[in-house]
Amino acid sequence: MVTTQHALLVKGLKKSYGDVVAVDGLDLEMMAGECFGLIGPNGAGKTTTIEICEGLLERDSGQLEVLGMTWESDTDKLREKLGISLQDTQLSEKLTVAETLRLFRSFYKAGRDIGEVVDVVELGEKRDARVGTLSGGQKQRLAIACALVGNPELLFLDEPTTGLDPQSRRQLWSLIEDFKASGRSILLTTHYMDEAEKLCDRVAIVDHGHVIALGTPAELIASIGATIPEPPPRASSHTLEDVFVALTGRTLRDE
Amino acid sequence: MSEMKTSSPRRRFADRSLVQLTLVRFREFIRQPEAVFWTFVFPILLAVGLGLAFRSRAPERPKVGVLAPDASSARVVNSLRSDSSLMAETFATDTGAQHALRTGKIALLVVPSADGSVKYVYDSQRGESANARLVADHAIQAGGDRKDPVAVSEQHVTERGSRYIDFVIPGLLGMNLMGSGIWGLGFAIVDSRSKRLLKRFMATPMSRAEYLMSFLFSRMAFLILEVITLLGFGVIAFKVPMRGSVASLALICIVSALAFGGIGLLIASRARTVEGVSGLMNFVMLPMWIFSGVFFSSSNFPNVVQPLIKLLPLTAVNDALRLNMLEGASLAGVSSQLLVIVGWLIVSFVAALKLFRWR
Repeated sequence: MVTTQHALLVKGLKKSYGDVVAVDGLDLEMMAGECFGLIGPNGAGKTTTIEICEGLLERDSGQLEVLGMTWESDTDKLREKLGISLQDTQLSEKLTVAETLRLFRSFYKAGRDIGEVVDVVELGEKRDARVGTLSGGQKQRLAIACALVGNPELLFLDEPTTGLDPQSRRQLWSLIEDFKASGRSILLTTHYMDEAEKLCDRVAIVDHGHVIALGTPAELIASIGATIPEPPPRASSHTLEDVFVALTGRTLRDE
Repeated sequence: MSEMKTSSPRRRFADRSLVQLTLVRFREFIRQPEAVFWTFVFPILLAVGLGLAFRSRAPERPKVGVLAPDASSARVVNSLRSDSSLMAETFATDTGAQHALRTGKIALLVVPSADGSVKYVYDSQRGESANARLVADHAIQAGGDRKDPVAVSEQHVTERGSRYIDFVIPGLLGMNLMGSGIWGLGFAIVDSRSKRLLKRFMATPMSRAEYLMSFLFSRMAFLILEVITLLGFGVIAFKVPMRGSVASLALICIVSALAFGGIGLLIASRARTVEGVSGLMNFVMLPMWIFSGVFFSSSNFPNVVQPLIKLLPLTAVNDALRLNMLEGASLAGVSSQLLVIVGWLIVSFVAALKLFRWR
């Protein structure tokens, strides 16, 4: 296996759908062990970019290396090493949590124990519940669990917390932080700035199909101070969500 | 359709992806009560309904009216009453008798005269009236002491295999094979595609060949249940004959199920929505429900279109099933039908795999 410092290397990536240019010369360099965020408005090209990196879409042009390999020559190896959560997958409602995970686990040569993954995503009590009976947050955690059963080196999460309640979001955050702590890499897209700020080592802001700003959250915030006026000072740096979570607790409310 | 994954040898059988995928097909099917109903219960209800509606029974006895205002016509009335193959009714007035004839309550009116002759009043265009005339005349002449010059004897037979239920059970089996093959594959695949589940699977190392094979394997398993349920019911409840060899019948069923699976796969190969594929499936199946001889023989259609009808997969399946079950034909006897079925199997699979949209 080729060893590399790059989890992901993207140069001059381009993709069009007919006349619509979705990705227009995008560059990315993501280090192994890094949690990297792609943020940007709807239609900026985030999902197209991430799906090209996942090998689900063909690119028109540009260079792409994933874990030091290319989709052209190492498809089978790459599929074994990536964990993917798509934006809008609906898992089969008729299956139970454990059955779904067992199915996904069967696709991989090597991977994690299903019971262990169920515990990681805190679905132990729902192990034998049908997917159709799960709440939105539980379904999303199951989707992440499906991405984890193959014991991936690189995790792609496309808007993993969209539409979730604050408790579920924080639970997913701690999942992602644990994964990162084990030294592996994550590429995630999000619409929530607090999420990017909390989770990501570095963030790329994408618009019109290319990166318009890149850096650590702190660097990006500092860079903006010079160009736009400081917001009125607040009594504290807490957000309303912090208040909400402080008052309602961090435990998941999934019933 | 490239890679076939080989699992590590230590992996348990139940944890192989082909086994898991096939198990999922089972679970999804049996956890859908409506699918179970349409596949197993509905064909039996249909068979019961049709079996009762078209059961064999004695032909209806013609109703004959006699104008009998007084006792003088007693001889004619008695002759008619003593013949069990007709039903005689007497009328006191001519208006009453004419009304009964006009409204079809009686098929024939017999008017006896004082001189002992009789007049038959009836519409010669009505088949039952012509029949009633023959039967009534026979009864009256016999009552008048006519002697038949030729002695006759009768033997009554009921031939199993010539009844409507014998015709319709193989037809229902063919229709069921078509329905489960086309719906089973078409609906499940397009449902997965529309929910982006197919795309999610593509993001794993799952083998595409195994994914498609899981549908065929589960189809084969359900096929056994479907065939046994319907045929078992036909044989036990209606004594439908099974004159051909069971092995040949099994082979016809398997090849047919695979062919319809291929057609289902082809129909599902591009469609993105369940609504879209449902329309397509009905579009494909409707002509076969009508033309392929499920409920009535396809020979009712004009000769010009017969070659086309013979090429429809369901026609070939129904014909092969009937030849096997009712006439005891060997595999050689159904070779032309099998050729059509295998042709559909190959063409549909090749086309489906070329066209298949994996996302």
